[in-house]
Amino acid sequence: MKTEISFILNGSEVKVTVDGHLRLIDVLRNTMGLTGTKEACGEGECGACTVIVDGKAVNSCLYPAHEIEGKSVITIEGLHVPKHKLSKIQQGFVDHGAIQCGFCTPGMIMSAKALLDSNPNPSDKEIREALQGNLCRCTGYVQIVEAVKRVARQMKGKQ
Amino acid sequence: MNNFRYIGKETRRPDAPDKAAGKAHYIHDLRRPGMLYGKIKFSDHPHARIKHIDTSKAERLNGVRAVITSNNSPEVRLGFLRDNLALKKDKVRQYRDEIAAVAAIDPDIAEEAVELIKVEYEPLPGLFSPREAMKKGSPLIHETDAQGRPRTDNLLPLRFHHESGDLDAGKRAAKYVAEGEFSTPRVQQCCMGTAGCIAEFDMNNNLTIWAKTQIPFLAQRDFNRALSDMGLHDKNTRIIVPTIGGAFGTGLDTHAYEYIAILLAFQTGQPVKIVYTRDEEFAYLSPRQSSTTKIIQGCDQNGKLTFRQVEVTQDNGAYTSWGATYPSVMMIPATSLYRVSNVYFNAQLVYTNNTYCQAMRGYGNPEHTWALESNMDELAGEAGIDPYEFRMINCNRPKETTPMGLKVSTCGLKECLETVAKKLDWKKKSKKGKCRGKGMASLVHVGGGARIYRSDASGLILKLDDFGNVNAFHGGVEMGQGLHSVLTLGIAEALGVRPEKVFINPLDTSTCPWDVGTHASRGAFMACNTAILAANKLRDKIFELAEELFPQEVEKNLEKFRKKNPGYKPPDFDFVKAAKRERFDMQDGSIFIKDAPREPWLSLDLGRLLRTIHFRTQGQMLTTEVFYDPPNELPDFEKGFGNISATYAYGTQGVEVEVDTETGEVRIMRMVAAHDVGKVLNPPALKGQIYGALAQGVGYALYEELLSQKGKILNPNFRDYKIPTVQEMNFPVDLEFIETNDSFGPFGAKGVAEPGLVPTAPAIANAIYDAVGIRIRDLPITPEKILAALKKLKASKD
Repeated sequence: MKTEISFILNGSEVKVTVDGHLRLIDVLRNTMGLTGTKEACGEGECGACTVIVDGKAVNSCLYPAHEIEGKSVITIEGLHVPKHKLSKIQQGFVDHGAIQCGFCTPGMIMSAKALLDSNPNPSDKEIREALQGNLCRCTGYVQIVEAVKRVARQMKGKQ
Repeated sequence: MNNFRYIGKETRRPDAPDKAAGKAHYIHDLRRPGMLYGKIKFSDHPHARIKHIDTSKAERLNGVRAVITSNNSPEVRLGFLRDNLALKKDKVRQYRDEIAAVAAIDPDIAEEAVELIKVEYEPLPGLFSPREAMKKGSPLIHETDAQGRPRTDNLLPLRFHHESGDLDAGKRAAKYVAEGEFSTPRVQQCCMGTAGCIAEFDMNNNLTIWAKTQIPFLAQRDFNRALSDMGLHDKNTRIIVPTIGGAFGTGLDTHAYEYIAILLAFQTGQPVKIVYTRDEEFAYLSPRQSSTTKIIQGCDQNGKLTFRQVEVTQDNGAYTSWGATYPSVMMIPATSLYRVSNVYFNAQLVYTNNTYCQAMRGYGNPEHTWALESNMDELAGEAGIDPYEFRMINCNRPKETTPMGLKVSTCGLKECLETVAKKLDWKKKSKKGKCRGKGMASLVHVGGGARIYRSDASGLILKLDDFGNVNAFHGGVEMGQGLHSVLTLGIAEALGVRPEKVFINPLDTSTCPWDVGTHASRGAFMACNTAILAANKLRDKIFELAEELFPQEVEKNLEKFRKKNPGYKPPDFDFVKAAKRERFDMQDGSIFIKDAPREPWLSLDLGRLLRTIHFRTQGQMLTTEVFYDPPNELPDFEKGFGNISATYAYGTQGVEVEVDTETGEVRIMRMVAAHDVGKVLNPPALKGQIYGALAQGVGYALYEELLSQKGKILNPNFRDYKIPTVQEMNFPVDLEFIETNDSFGPFGAKGVAEPGLVPTAPAIANAIYDAVGIRIRDLPITPEKILAALKKLKASKD
């Protein structure tokens, strides 16, 4: 039942022993103590648990832990490097009023990051498509979409 | 105070960076040493006698530390009518009834143990609608009340009633009349962070509970009462509120799961955590109350309202929580939205075997405004008056007293209506060929606290440290709405320090002053009023000390300045003589004389003043406490009279929709929302509150309904219960804030957390009527209902 897996977590190699039924979110939150990734439905409907695996946004609550072997995972904790400074996308959410209760925020930011990494100049439609799996009950999404647009513009300006 | 330094400016929320970094800690993220995991066994029937509970297999499971039922644990009652038990004894009355609970070393074992609990029932006939439950001879859901007195029917012993003027005279004076019956569904609050708590006892049998609550101090009272029920007399509860993943009313009552965690923690002597899964949250947490409203309104030939008659029936579910008191808020629009004399309002509440209900944003107001504002359009139609003009004719005005006795101080309703009409190009009809239409609806809501208990108060303690930091202790709950952001700004503005120097401490009943609860859009109104009071007290103390310290410290400043700037000649100003308390001011933590020349050395740093008074012999410290209770009244709800709030928020929302007559789908083209907010405190936070409430209103209008069949929840997940995503909210929203600068409001501001939700659904329904001529009277407005109504309309025309 127990298997040892190794993968890259936020840039560092880790080795953990996992039970067969564990999900990636269990490994992140319970084994690794990275509680920034949230669980809000447990069945891939809300996106709160979104992390980036090999460049793609995935629901870590649906991702069997053993399938992470050899892959690279980025969680919300891996974005703010150096540790005391928020990344551009995180700062964008802070600056543009895109955060209220904050429970959907890590997942929302990870979806936005996966989008901007692959498409630095997304249209309104592409932003909405990238975020449609992330539910938020507080904000009505207006300031979230605005934050992603502004971050994209800002990153483009820097290039 | 009109030239604000921080109020009204774009500022970032102090809690946002940690939330963006994944560093905010919610109940889901907390662990205590030795912590066990609790799980609840819920009922398998909606109405049944409990014959036998077999927990033997669960007890034998490896890793289980306790299994509790009503047979082996003390009776703990909850709810304001005390009609509910934490663990049910003889009978279950709804599917979510808690029969047993387990504490185990991990969540999987706890879940497995719960599945091993076997319950034998004797099923009883279920009652799933008020009509069935009110029938003569229906079985009683509660045979006795909490005191053991026999009950004779399924009606709740609560009366909400209002009569003013002369209803018959009002009916005689009416030239046009419109009548309708409107209904609203049960809706789940859908906090992204589900409900949960951790309960832990110390060896003196005092309890600490980490709770997701909006009422820490009332919860302390509830839990202390439970400790007494458990035989732990004179013991205390300390409540710590972690970061909250949304609340929207869910935290306004204490819950059976919290009492169960307390019982398990006491039984095991270990901390016990219970956190609901999403399906448990849907099926076993109290949703928004449903309602049925019969409304009749009439107007004279000029369109002036002559009467309004309202009868509300609520399916209360099996037990009583705050859902039962929605009529206390429904009375506000019923009596006070638009000018109307001759008002009748009555509500009846009926026990059924459905899930019982609780608070959700708006608390009766969206339910009632749905009926009222839909019916306003119907009446305008009868009278042949444009719906906007009709509203303008009956518009509330400042400084009026309404039939309920609400004393309207400021009122921006006229400006809100005008703004929406203008921005929505009201006079320009939508293109009919495309089945587009426009609609509007308004609201009135409490905006200056809401006295629903004897006290409507809130406390604040400010403690200054050596560095001029302000440590604030406040009893209001930050649940995502931005309370800490406005409290920070309020303190910074009123005291005269930079916002970065203000630190809001985590909410803990052992350190924070009392507050009645964060509900009724009162958070910002109360917090900023306490901030102003506390700041004024502190400024008096600071300026009193400055009289003594300013001359000597400024003298030192001047010496240093001269050393650095040889040849400097100070202006001719006698700062020793000028150092009088009434002449001081403070800004950004710097104390100065108001009419003194602005010289870099001619001010005293707040931190230096504090260090001076801390370190000198027989020194002192600077703290202050205030307790603010707003000037409002506890209404007599049986008579429907009393000025419940110090001030009232008004607003109007307009919407343009397109109806697809083939699929029945409604597409929102654009929305305009104009709200009388008194004064904008923090623009991004305010916008966030309105946008978020609008989205919940759109869900309420078009998508959301907690479906049940014979009391069983059918859609306990986000797959089958759809809340708006970023795709549904894909339309422009034009916000306009009307600043009426209310004299009771802190810096002029009113509460605004709930209003955005309130008129959204009727505005959409009115727009649908404008587009395709059908009037939907029961929410949500699904494609099926649209298609059925279109078919009926076509049949009536043929």
